[in-house]
Amino acid sequence: MLTLGPIGFAAPWLLLGLAALPILWLLLRAVPPAPIRRRFPGVALLLGLSDDETQTDRTPWWLLLLRMLALAAAIVGFAGPVLNPQAQRAGSGPLLVLIDGTWADARDWPRRIDRVGALLEEAGRASRPAALVLSTDLPGAGLPFQAADAWAARLPGLTPRPWEPDPAALAAWAQGLEGRFDTFWMSDGVARDGRDAVLAALEARGAVTVFESPRPVHALRPAAFEDGRIRLTALRADRGAAAEVTLSATGLDPNGVERELARATAAFATGAGRAEVELALPPELRNRITRFSVAGARSAAAVSLTDDSLKRREVALIAGREGREGLELLSPLHYLHRALAPTADLIDGTLSDILLANPDVIVLADVAKLTPDEEAGVLDWLAQGGLLLRFAGPRLAASDVARAEEEPLMPVRLRAGGRSVGGTMSWGEPKSLRAFDETSPFYGLPVPDEVRVSAQVMAQPGPELAARTIAALSDGTPLVTRKRVGQGQVVLFHVTANAEWSTLPLSGLFVQMLERLAVSTRPGRPEAAALAGTTWVPEQVLSAFGEVAEAGNLPGVMGEALAAARPGPDLPPGLYAGADRRIALNVITPERELRATAWPARVPVEGLSVTRETALKGALLLAALGLLALDVLASLWLSGRLRGARGGAVVLLALGLLLPHEVQAQDDARALAATSEVVLAHVLTGDARIDGIAAAGLRGLSKRLYQRTSVEPGAPIAVNLETDELAFFPFLYWPVTADQPLPSDSAYGRLNRYLRGGGMILFDTRDADVAGFGGGSPEGRRLQQIARPLDIPPLETIPSDHVLTRTFYLLQDFPGRHASRDVWVEAAPPDAEQVEGMPFRNLNDGVTPVVIGGNDWAAAWALDDSGAPVFPVGRGYAGERQREIAFRFGINLVMHVLTGNYKSDQVHVPALLDRLGQ
Amino acid sequence: MTHPAALRSAAEALAAPLPPLLAEAEHLAATVLLGEHGRRRAGMGDEFWQYRPAVPGDEARMIDWRRSGRSDAHFVREKEWQAAQSVTLWVDDAQSMRFAGDAKHETKLHRARLLALAVAVLLMRAGERVGLAGLTLPPRTGALQLLRLAEALTADGAAADYGAPEARGMLPHSRALFLSDFLGDPAPVEAALAKAADRGVKGVLVQVLDPVEELFPFDGRTIFESMGGSLRHETLKAGDLRERYRARLAERKARLADLSRMAGWHYQCHHTGDSAQAALLWLFRALEPLR
Repeated sequence: MLTLGPIGFAAPWLLLGLAALPILWLLLRAVPPAPIRRRFPGVALLLGLSDDETQTDRTPWWLLLLRMLALAAAIVGFAGPVLNPQAQRAGSGPLLVLIDGTWADARDWPRRIDRVGALLEEAGRASRPAALVLSTDLPGAGLPFQAADAWAARLPGLTPRPWEPDPAALAAWAQGLEGRFDTFWMSDGVARDGRDAVLAALEARGAVTVFESPRPVHALRPAAFEDGRIRLTALRADRGAAAEVTLSATGLDPNGVERELARATAAFATGAGRAEVELALPPELRNRITRFSVAGARSAAAVSLTDDSLKRREVALIAGREGREGLELLSPLHYLHRALAPTADLIDGTLSDILLANPDVIVLADVAKLTPDEEAGVLDWLAQGGLLLRFAGPRLAASDVARAEEEPLMPVRLRAGGRSVGGTMSWGEPKSLRAFDETSPFYGLPVPDEVRVSAQVMAQPGPELAARTIAALSDGTPLVTRKRVGQGQVVLFHVTANAEWSTLPLSGLFVQMLERLAVSTRPGRPEAAALAGTTWVPEQVLSAFGEVAEAGNLPGVMGEALAAARPGPDLPPGLYAGADRRIALNVITPERELRATAWPARVPVEGLSVTRETALKGALLLAALGLLALDVLASLWLSGRLRGARGGAVVLLALGLLLPHEVQAQDDARALAATSEVVLAHVLTGDARIDGIAAAGLRGLSKRLYQRTSVEPGAPIAVNLETDELAFFPFLYWPVTADQPLPSDSAYGRLNRYLRGGGMILFDTRDADVAGFGGGSPEGRRLQQIARPLDIPPLETIPSDHVLTRTFYLLQDFPGRHASRDVWVEAAPPDAEQVEGMPFRNLNDGVTPVVIGGNDWAAAWALDDSGAPVFPVGRGYAGERQREIAFRFGINLVMHVLTGNYKSDQVHVPALLDRLGQ
Repeated sequence: MTHPAALRSAAEALAAPLPPLLAEAEHLAATVLLGEHGRRRAGMGDEFWQYRPAVPGDEARMIDWRRSGRSDAHFVREKEWQAAQSVTLWVDDAQSMRFAGDAKHETKLHRARLLALAVAVLLMRAGERVGLAGLTLPPRTGALQLLRLAEALTADGAAADYGAPEARGMLPHSRALFLSDFLGDPAPVEAALAKAADRGVKGVLVQVLDPVEELFPFDGRTIFESMGGSLRHETLKAGDLRERYRARLAERKARLADLSRMAGWHYQCHHTGDSAQAALLWLFRALEPLR
């Protein structure tokens, strides 16, 4: 194969033919076009005339050039040119294609697959058996060698995995291979332990070629929450020049639509593999974030799912005692505010409003009694896992709540009055706290000495009191009691939430106790020990491309595995739900660093770019043919034969290209004409005579409308049901002929839309002179066929109180050229009733969508240009009277269409007058 | 004995050309015919012209007694003078007349013959005598003469490329109608006109041309040949010749118009693409004052 630049030739010797072109030039130039012989009597007048230019006996140079180009294109085309000819890759024997198949591959997976496809194709051409292995999905043992074509067929089904291979397993697999084979290693470009061992094992079996993409690898560490800010760390593998990545936080907006909630830019310094950025977000926004991601990076590592560690608890604070303004320090909620504000979202409001917000915790400080409604609501909320935290206080102590029997919202029964110690009127010292029991959630918290309790409410002793006590005073009286209700719990501090009864709220212990109670807890990542023995169910899993999908029926995983945080086939990265919290397992661990691969110099590293061979033969031959076709036209034109029919054909072709625009313009003009005025329209039947009568009839009706009413219609328009838009016309006149074609489905769709949209169609079978009273006519049968798919309501003959009888004129007959009484309109609703004292029923709804009759109205309405009637109606004066009534019917009809049931509302006129005080 | 069917088919073949041309000509003439017109003066004839008072010298048998009986004076009944004129037709039937530039158009020969026969029909209805130039068919009148004319006009044409007018057999002071394309040598036309003028014959020249001959819509390398093939001209760019050709044609028309004016004739150029009726109307008008 001869190669010239990017083009190679399969049969280069054919190019020698190009040398013949100059000779051909000389030959062709000398031969003038063949003459036409014409018989022409006028030749007697031509005798003696000579041509002006003698040059024209030669072919014009541009025609020659055209032919030369055509010939050159043909010669070059047959020489078999190929764009980007591929050099054959040396090598023989079995071939192993090892694809890393990790999340890092996802960033340019299609290109990788293309490259592998090209390699397999090559191997197929060389008849090399091939094996395709994903390092994240290793075959059992040995290599699955198959024909390369078989592997190529399976390529589209391959996907990368969102985890990394186990180095030990991979090395063991590589060392267990046998036989000789060459290896193409599609590396993902991320340095990893054990690569050297695998490389050595593969090199022992044959040549290894590595393919790597130069695209940068980005990853994102899990978000850390520090000092009210979210710290995001982006990683990159190649520590090259300074660069920036955009990090975005995604979550559900208040409407439940997933969208980007925040965005930050992290800058990599030159040579740095890490870039940090801090996000300060309002808690409301932060709670909504479900994941962070590197914008534009398509990989599981660039996505970091968030779990509960970013969430803040919503705490509702309700105090029983209000209205003591200015006494901040005495407010029952003051210390709670101060303790919770940094770590939780506080909600104020009435209990019923708060329950709607579904907070995590409700704090009731010295609230004794709830209304039954509120109590039921709180119980429901508790059953779904709420935490009700109650504090005692003077009101609770004074009330009789939970005295006689246990209250559902109170952990224990209380004794009346409570007690006070260490005061001026009492003996004894204020009590201090006893160390916490092992069963208490406060176990392990240090008990400061300065905490003193001087007053408290007392729990009624009972069998379950000891179990419910989670903190007690030094004398053993319960200080904090707890009771489980459904999935939630009720906790009662037997002292006030302010410093009135005890110094507890002043101590650091108070805050720690609240944390232990998960009122303000900010859960960090749990320890491995805490996870031991638990089972976690995946809720969402990440694909290698960084897409989040519902987990479906994936089996649960053990807490130990989750704690190890090493994603694998059994532990896909994603969001795992446990008993009371959710944990995100991300591809990148918080300590992870990325590093680019460093291959030894002996290993050839290639890129992923695939240049495909493109055969140019077809295009060149096509060009040659096109040029020859041009040459035909040019020759015809030169010799004067491009005339008449042939010239016309060319012109028609050019016109055909322009035609659609004209049609479009026509449509627009038509729509403007139909909408700038009221326009009556008739349906084209295909019978020119009927259509002419319909047009003349509507013209006559329009003229009468113009003369007599304030409706001033434009010239009527003929409507083709198949092509025209109907929505512009308030009224369609449809003369029915026996041989009319049925409209197409789309036309029926338009017609039904038209009828539903308030349009009216007047069907006219024009046969009332011969049909009538049940007698079928061909037109009537055709009308039935036409109307079958139409959305037509039940019909009745026009009742004498129909609104059509009085929209403009008072009418009882509706004649056209024929005077049949069988005119059908939409039936009145069955519940229409005659109003007492009214001449007509209370028919208040709707315009009849169809009027059906056979009176040949258009013929009666038809006027010629001079305004004289076109068709005779009846005989003599009676006939003229009938024509007049026909016009009046038309006017009533159009008025009905345009004003709807306005005249029907006259039934209310007496009532209105009555109301006006007449 | 000839088979009747064969005889009939032969007879029909023979008669076939006659009726169409004649019928077509009659049809064309019917659109013009306004009725038989007299000479608008008293003379010999069949039609009543006027009553005039009898003057001395009138024969007694000339007096119309019925009219005279209603008054005191004597009246003579005068008839309209109905003298017949002779009109000689010459239709060029050379090869060049058989040209039709477009399949939609008839040949020039057909148009010329149609016009000639239609004029003949009109003239005979008016009582004139019509004949063909030359000695074959002297002017006569009557339906038989019309048939003969039709037969003569449907005969095959001459073999010559271009025709020359036939000036023989023209009666002195008669009328003549020459139909040709006049594309050939103009000298015979001049000679014929001179001869006619010598005999006091007045007439009409109608140049029948095809639209193609007028427009010359040719391009490219072309060899033009006359209809008989006797003349030939080759050009490489026919389009370039167009203007010069049309100049020559205009020159020829002007020359014919001059000639006819000098001889007291009328000249008209007619294109086969135009309506034959218009030409017939013009012809009828042009010939009318002659009668």
